[in-house]
Amino acid sequence: MHRLQLPYNDKIAAEESISAHKLTAVETHGERYSRRLCMNCQQPACASVCPVGALQKTALGPVVYDADKCMGCRYCMQACPFQVPSYEWDKRLPKVRKCDMCFERQSKGKPTACTEACPVGATACGERDELLAEARKRIAEKPGGYYNKVYGVNEVGGTAVLYLSAVPFEQIGLRTNVPMEALPETTWRVLELVPDVVSTGTVLLGGIWWITNRRAEVAKKEGRRR
Amino acid sequence: MNLHFPKITVWRVIFAGIMLSGLFATYLRVMYGLGGSTNMSDKFPWGLWIAFDVMCGVGLAAGGFTLVAIVHIFNIEEYKPVLRPAILTAFLGYSLVVVGLLFDLGRPDRLWHPLVMWNPRSVMFEVAWCVTLYTTVLFLEFLPMVFEKFGWHKPLEWIHKISVPLMILGVLLSTLHQSSLGSLFLIVPEKLYPLWYTPILPLLFWVSAIAVGLAMTIFESWHSSRAFGRALELPLLASMGRVMAVLLSVYLWIRLLDMGHRHVFGLLGLNRTETWLFWLEIALMAIPTVLLFQAKVRMRPGALYACAVMVVFGFITNRLNVGITGLEAGSGTHYIPKWSEVAVTLSIVAAGFAIFHFVAQNFPVFEAAVHEPAREEQEDQVAV
Repeated sequence: MHRLQLPYNDKIAAEESISAHKLTAVETHGERYSRRLCMNCQQPACASVCPVGALQKTALGPVVYDADKCMGCRYCMQACPFQVPSYEWDKRLPKVRKCDMCFERQSKGKPTACTEACPVGATACGERDELLAEARKRIAEKPGGYYNKVYGVNEVGGTAVLYLSAVPFEQIGLRTNVPMEALPETTWRVLELVPDVVSTGTVLLGGIWWITNRRAEVAKKEGRRR
Repeated sequence: MNLHFPKITVWRVIFAGIMLSGLFATYLRVMYGLGGSTNMSDKFPWGLWIAFDVMCGVGLAAGGFTLVAIVHIFNIEEYKPVLRPAILTAFLGYSLVVVGLLFDLGRPDRLWHPLVMWNPRSVMFEVAWCVTLYTTVLFLEFLPMVFEKFGWHKPLEWIHKISVPLMILGVLLSTLHQSSLGSLFLIVPEKLYPLWYTPILPLLFWVSAIAVGLAMTIFESWHSSRAFGRALELPLLASMGRVMAVLLSVYLWIRLLDMGHRHVFGLLGLNRTETWLFWLEIALMAIPTVLLFQAKVRMRPGALYACAVMVVFGFITNRLNVGITGLEAGSGTHYIPKWSEVAVTLSIVAAGFAIFHFVAQNFPVFEAAVHEPAREEQEDQVAV
């Protein structure tokens, strides 16, 4: 795993969108703030489409990236329903960049850096089940204070990042048009047919060749006899 | 040595211009990366090089597997005269797709990675393997033209011995990756415009590839007959036109049914870029279909050629719509290729034409083994 050395200055601090040099960013929506980061999906489209397995869903939760494998096809970027992965477009040897939920820190038992840094506890980190229970508890304890849903429970089959909001999710810039189905299913439905296509195709094509070739041979022999 | 300065013609000037611009674009790509040479962005990570160089390139080369299946598996001998040009086109096409990939991949030095680092759940992984294997198959299918040229009998016999399994393998690999280029987009249901997103994208890609393979064969035959002063195999090409009309009818009918099932006809009333480009794509395939059902159109070389060209452009429009147009709204951005992207693409196409011309002139592509005795005569001459 490569340690990230990202630049930081006032200009970058003010940027409101994630990019190859800013893996999490706070967006302003009227008087509300909403933070963007990789959702680290439970069944990530990016990891399923990567032809070289450079992206992997870890048992711990984060979706991690191995820059040494990546060949730069950018299918992960195309497939991501949240348009999260960024590319180092201007580098000669570019890499994909995305938040990996501080995989290194978490595997040492430390919380994510963003959780640790937030002075008001707007971000919490922990086991998904516990966070989900906490979210539902907060909604139940303060009816009317929250929009009555947790974002990320079912979105694209569930994400590791969950959102609680006071207003409907689209008002804080979250995508509500994403499918509730895990996206890798869409391609797997076709890919799992490959062995069938190959075996049936071989028999069919071989059979057709055998029949037509035999017919041609017979025709040739009979033609000679006449 | 006697050096002749090549005669300056309009086509040669255009060719040189394209290649020079391509060279400069290549310099930008190497020195300034994808950012300095393309208009792709985080929101629009695939541009012209994927949508045209790869998706159209592979499709336009589909004549190779279509004609191999017709001639060698279905044993329809009449089609033999156009088999070799189709194999040559396919081999060139796939080689140029690889060239296109070298431009498009962020790390072209790692082109080989999917062969070693596996992810069988990835459509791209499957495409990478199929394209690698099929390019090898095409190389082996092309080799006899080289062996005949130099009168190498032994290797010619070896190739002949493995030719049937090789051809079946080629047809299977083609079926898999032609359809998989459509499967690539199944993972973006929320991004790809509903006029194009359908679970049957792989089927549509496969059928349209077969049809455009035939169109390309007609296209090549017509051009080579002019370039080399050959007689046009009109009855043969006309019969291909007929097959193409049937295939395209099936294709258009499946699309119509599919759109009905997905209830998307309402979208056709919207005044959007997508609507107009959708109609363009459909028109470029429907018009030649209707025309080709008429014998008098099929038997007129010019009309037949025009139909083939329309099908080719219809196909290209379809792939660009799926790979670019249909993704713009869903990605929340617009994409217009940078000049250097267009320059590289045009250079690759121009190189394709030039190499085809060179090979067709110097190897037994068109005077192919139509009659077995004719080939033996030729070989005797070489032996003497």
